[in-house]
Amino acid sequence: MSLPPGTLFLLAAALLFAIGAHGLVTCRHLLRKVLALNVATTGVFLLLVTLGRSGTAVDPVPHAMVLTGIVVALSTTAVALGLIVRLQRQRP
Amino acid sequence: MGLPSTATLVVILVTLPLATATVLFASGRQPRTLILAAALLLACAALALGVNVQLEGISVHPIGGWTAPLGIHWQVTPSGTVMLVVTALVGLAGAVYGTGYFLHRAGPEGRMARVFMPLWLFAWGGLNALFVAADLFNLYVALEVMTLASVALVALSARRLALQAAMRYLLAGLFGSMIYLLGVALLYGQYGVLDLDALAAVMDPQDPGSRAGAVALTVGLLAKAAIFPLHFWLPGAHGRAEPPVSAMLSGLVVAAAFYLLLRLWFGPLAGLLNFGVGAMLGTLGAGALLWGGVLALLQRRLKMMVAYSTVSQFGFAMLVFPLATAANRDAVVAGGTLLLANHALAKAALFLAAGTLVRASASDRIGNLVGFSGRARWAWLAVILASAALIGVPPTLGFSAKWLLLQAAIAEGAWVWLGVMLGGTLLTFAYLGRLLERALLDPAPEPTRPPLLTLALLLPALLLALLACVLGLWALDDDMPTQWIPGS
Repeated sequence: MSLPPGTLFLLAAALLFAIGAHGLVTCRHLLRKVLALNVATTGVFLLLVTLGRSGTAVDPVPHAMVLTGIVVALSTTAVALGLIVRLQRQRP
Repeated sequence: MGLPSTATLVVILVTLPLATATVLFASGRQPRTLILAAALLLACAALALGVNVQLEGISVHPIGGWTAPLGIHWQVTPSGTVMLVVTALVGLAGAVYGTGYFLHRAGPEGRMARVFMPLWLFAWGGLNALFVAADLFNLYVALEVMTLASVALVALSARRLALQAAMRYLLAGLFGSMIYLLGVALLYGQYGVLDLDALAAVMDPQDPGSRAGAVALTVGLLAKAAIFPLHFWLPGAHGRAEPPVSAMLSGLVVAAAFYLLLRLWFGPLAGLLNFGVGAMLGTLGAGALLWGGVLALLQRRLKMMVAYSTVSQFGFAMLVFPLATAANRDAVVAGGTLLLANHALAKAALFLAAGTLVRASASDRIGNLVGFSGRARWAWLAVILASAALIGVPPTLGFSAKWLLLQAAIAEGAWVWLGVMLGGTLLTFAYLGRLLERALLDPAPEPTRPPLLTLALLLPALLLALLACVLGLWALDDDMPTQWIPGS
């Protein structure tokens, strides 16, 4: 049985998203929540890139979007980590 | 002498705040004249843009001369311009208030004064970029700039509760943007376009992929706009932040996410807005009105009460969706936009005045607030005017906005939504009335050494509240808002 091209990637994207969403809801520790969010975001990125390659030619726009998205994710993670550090230092 | 062209003004509005913020951050110094000059320039640019849009209508500005589909363009729409002008007014008021509020903080609290203004300008720039962006992905980037600056602004207040609130806000905000991005990916996979107008042209309402995309975009934005039941992060973040921060967050940042909902549902997603979707979004709004209103009534702390009031007021704005039909689309979108503008001005005024009152009373319990005496009178006057605008007493802007929606409800015979609106207005009246009654009839004694309330702490709130009241006169003529802010 042959699957349509990209099916594997789409499944992987869905799986990553599900793992991340699950972690975001169930994990108590803030660090794990931030990591879970990053995993889920990676799922969205994978979806974007997969959708970009399903045509006959590779569409560059999703790649540009994912590149920007990675920069955004990096910045948000940095802010989140900074906040977590400050919260830890304040712990009585 | 003519005004600068719209293209120049848009470039100023987006780049000036970001550039100034970067320079301030890098230099680590806060020259007050420079900051106030930049804020004033931004306000003038936004007002000039407002005049231009009245003369020229919608205009499109390809960045760097690259046109769609390859290039990205900015679009100046009437409703976006209303938001830009309101942002400028609140931004300027907050900048003046902030310089007064953080003036004499030393030690660890002095840090607040150093980073407040750069973060304020980053948020301002993000807001401006969002109001002129015209494609799904740029909107995402603008949302993120705005959210990150807002989270940092909440975390300015170094208290543990504020940090926890900031963390919850960040997680909710990031969750919202991730779901939004998922929607962007689904729609892009389907149609291969990001531009809002191009998407509107090819959108197929029957297609399951576009439905899934629309749901993802909407859920993401509902989380960012703190619409019931995704509002859990808002009261803590807005109630525990420093007063000028709360003013921008409650007045503008939440409104920006809601503005985007309006923009999408009356733009590319318009084909999907049927009775069921409208009723669902309207029910969320009714829940927000009720839940936010009742909790605002129960709060004992002034700023928490004002924060819950935001949850409730955005429930009101959600009623735009069930009331919209093909015939009254323009009137309903104008009503929604005016509602956002009114809420931004009045709520910012209320938070700024609340900050002044809390400082004067050295307590934020409603029972301990100083009465209508001394210089605190001017803060109370701002509270009274802002309350009138939030309740929607004629001739405030709140009245014009609610009147447009009421007319739509009456014309359609939508008695359920009419009842929800009246109930929400009564709840608003109840919790704001309780505040005024406690303070004016049963005030706490003046502290023995009252802190000095400078003009910077009194004037911005008063002027914003006055504007919310006076602008209603301009919008009182029924046809004016619909003509000036056609739905697009």
